[in-house]
Amino acid sequence: MNEAVITTHQNDKTYFGFWTYLMTDIVLFATLFATYAVLKNGVAHGPSSHQIIDLPFVLIETILLLTSSFMSGLALLAARAGKRQLTAALLVIVFGLGAGFVGMELSEFAKLASEGHGWQVSAFLSAFFTLVGTHGLHITAGLLWIIVLGMQIGRFGLSSSVMRRLTLFTMFWHFLDVVWIAIFTIVYLMGSLA
Amino acid sequence: MKPIVATTKPKSRLLLGYLTGFVLSLILTGVAYIAVTEQLIPSNAVGAFVVKLAIIQIAVQLIFFLHLGQESRPRWKLTVFFFMLAVLVILVFGSLWIMENLNYNMMPDQMDQHIINDEGVHH
Repeated sequence: MNEAVITTHQNDKTYFGFWTYLMTDIVLFATLFATYAVLKNGVAHGPSSHQIIDLPFVLIETILLLTSSFMSGLALLAARAGKRQLTAALLVIVFGLGAGFVGMELSEFAKLASEGHGWQVSAFLSAFFTLVGTHGLHITAGLLWIIVLGMQIGRFGLSSSVMRRLTLFTMFWHFLDVVWIAIFTIVYLMGSLA
Repeated sequence: MKPIVATTKPKSRLLLGYLTGFVLSLILTGVAYIAVTEQLIPSNAVGAFVVKLAIIQIAVQLIFFLHLGQESRPRWKLTVFFFMLAVLVILVFGSLWIMENLNYNMMPDQMDQHIINDEGVHH
């Protein structure tokens, strides 16, 4: 085997390992979804979900994250084509959209807390903040990853290890959008029904 | 440097795949959103409807963004995916089932009513 073939084999193992991590991460989210579903009606003296959900706001969040996920795919294609400038520019867009998403989510959380609907009010709100917040933390970790990737692209160019990391990042980013579809549907769309 | 190739498709087809996934996801999100806000569907069916749309959208993104099922044999990625799916179903539906039963059998203020209504036992 020549060197390129060996590298490809090692990368395939890395991708498979990372895929396995993503699948276990879904199990983490599944436990949080199950908790949320069980506790959804435990509102104590706090608000029900349909009283605190602002659907147009969440739709914008959803579109930001979806577009960000799509752009990360384009960044990977640009990198494979060897277009370093384009890859960096697309990653800036991915970061901007992701940061916009986290910013909106934080403002939603801050608004709820300021209205006296914090996580400590009821079992429902605890489950809500835990589920949505865990996703938000993942996104924040992804944003840090983009910064590191950007620095590595600047320093090393599109080397084989940078390409591998970029591929793993796009997997992570697409995965987080998939989790968000479930949150958007179950927590927000269905939660807005009285 | 040899580019890393996750699939053997040419680049234009990969780009087309991402575009397809993006447009389909936008449409599915929009339909689900409008179905809830405009109340186009009877309120008792809209929940099931948006869940179906979400499952379709998740499948779309798994195929077009995460390239699930496009690897060559042996399909380990797909195998781990299905294992995860089994764990997910057991975890989520198992939890709901158990908690539903506990609510039914253990809630003191509702217990009497359940016994009277469902079990044919009267005072």
